[in-house]
Amino acid sequence: MTSIQLILVVIFIVAAVVGYLLINNVPSRLHTPLMSGMNALSGVTIVGALLATAGALSGSNPVVGYIFGTLAIILAMINVAGGFAVTDRMLGMFGRNNQNRDKDD
Amino acid sequence: MQILLNFSTFHILSDGLYYALCVILSLAVLLGLHFMSRVKTAKLGNQVSALAIALGIIITLVKKDILPLWAIYPGMVAGLIIGLRVASKVKMIEMPQLVALLNGIGGAASAIVASFAFLSLHGGSDIFGRLTSLVAVSVGMVTLSGSVVAAGKLHKVLTQKPVILRHHQLYSTVLFFILPLLIVVSLVGNDAGGVIYLSSVVFVSLAFGLVFAIRVGGADMPITISLLNSLSGVAAAIAGFAVTDILLVSIGAIVGASGLFLTRIMCRAMNRSLPDILLGRTSLQGSSVVTPAGQRADGAIEGEQGEGIQVGDPGFATDDETSGPVDVRELISRAKKVIIVPGYGMALAHAQHLVKQLAGKLKSNGADVRYAIHPVAGRMPGHMDVLLIEAGVPFEEVYEMDDINDDFRDADLTIVVGANDVLNPSARNAEGTPIYGMPILNVDECSNVLIFNYDLQPGYSGVENPLYSRKKGVTIIQGDASVTLAELLSNL
Repeated sequence: MTSIQLILVVIFIVAAVVGYLLINNVPSRLHTPLMSGMNALSGVTIVGALLATAGALSGSNPVVGYIFGTLAIILAMINVAGGFAVTDRMLGMFGRNNQNRDKDD
Repeated sequence: MQILLNFSTFHILSDGLYYALCVILSLAVLLGLHFMSRVKTAKLGNQVSALAIALGIIITLVKKDILPLWAIYPGMVAGLIIGLRVASKVKMIEMPQLVALLNGIGGAASAIVASFAFLSLHGGSDIFGRLTSLVAVSVGMVTLSGSVVAAGKLHKVLTQKPVILRHHQLYSTVLFFILPLLIVVSLVGNDAGGVIYLSSVVFVSLAFGLVFAIRVGGADMPITISLLNSLSGVAAAIAGFAVTDILLVSIGAIVGASGLFLTRIMCRAMNRSLPDILLGRTSLQGSSVVTPAGQRADGAIEGEQGEGIQVGDPGFATDDETSGPVDVRELISRAKKVIIVPGYGMALAHAQHLVKQLAGKLKSNGADVRYAIHPVAGRMPGHMDVLLIEAGVPFEEVYEMDDINDDFRDADLTIVVGANDVLNPSARNAEGTPIYGMPILNVDECSNVLIFNYDLQPGYSGVENPLYSRKKGVTIIQGDASVTLAELLSNL
């Protein structure tokens, strides 16, 4: 294990713990938008997909690499765009019902 | 990532700056999550997260010098268009299957990313990279097949009933142990055959996800979706280890933690333990013990709360001759404190707008109307809230179980629409039944209960609801809630 890999493990643990604590505060009425928002976030793998595709294009088997890489890009992008957009739509409904009202939880 | 890239590089972003930006973007995602804790700021929170991901993509393109590489853009544009289209078309009742499908898609994308990493690392000395890449492929593929099955069940393309193969337990156990074995073998394996190792891991993982998901029944879906949500994040995070990317690791970890948290909440709300779900010990097996003979075992599984969707014989036929529409009218006009308990049956009957109309009627009579939501009402966490909000119910009228459960005894009238198990008093004392110990709404403490259900069959759990046979203060109106409610409204 290299030092950067060690750092990644630490980042993983810290992000998971902090994330868990923050999610604890999300009221249950927002759990559906929370989950669709998480869908969008798991699309962060698009970063990996872009790098892998670019790498594959200069590799030994660029055609197969490009096909699978593009597939990963499309899938991850659906996740990102679809997830954030549908979450925004849902939270918009919450906002609409909440017009002129300040009461929160 | 350097392993995958041989680009000539002129870095605008220095390593230090790039890493710092990755950490800042991860913090921005956490900030977005923090904003999700209040309804008022939730939309902003979502936008902050979206901006963070967008910036994450941009700094990666710049840092790795692939901004001018045109070949990556068609895929991005295609995904963007498909994603936005789906998001604008989907109906709120379909949210569970959309989320399930997106979980699977995310898992698949991470698995492909990890596959690239594995193939480039295979036979090399980077054991950590090789291990994590294969684990990410495996988790991603389990997520994919599990999610596709779950989405199919939710969308009613596949049966909602748990499908139990002969020797099901054996299959899942064997697959579960073969997976780590395969991964170890491919780690010690020699340089040749990377594709073979990879495809066998892919195959076994897909099979495991399939075997796991087909035996999950309709009512266990909230738990299953939460779990798959978690796995899609875990897959991204582990893929991030394999390709050494901070953003993937940190944000994947956040998603994984979130899914795990929701899974725990759902398990608690259904009185189920996570290992039970993982090993497929669903409530069905319990229900076969307690479902009295001659009842529709299939139908009871169909909907979690014994609600129906078919249009049957509506009307106001009740089991008690004395309680007819007149009583109901009087009940409604007299009630001053009303609690409405909506279940998934309401959503299936598309009756939420009628429920809201009924609430309006009650309010115009001077009644105080509130909604009580059980944590597992619907097919995913928070689903019922979204359906009510979509129907235009102000969210301050919607209460979570713990906030309203003590108020049933003071209420004049409780109206149940398409819910059964979540208010079944047997949960308190019927030891040995699947719902024993499950927290329930204290509807039975209310002096007057009006129930709109498709029929009087036990709910998903298969446990009879003693409330249905209570003679005093319980009025049951059978039939499709959209028909019976409309009829009631026209009579008022």
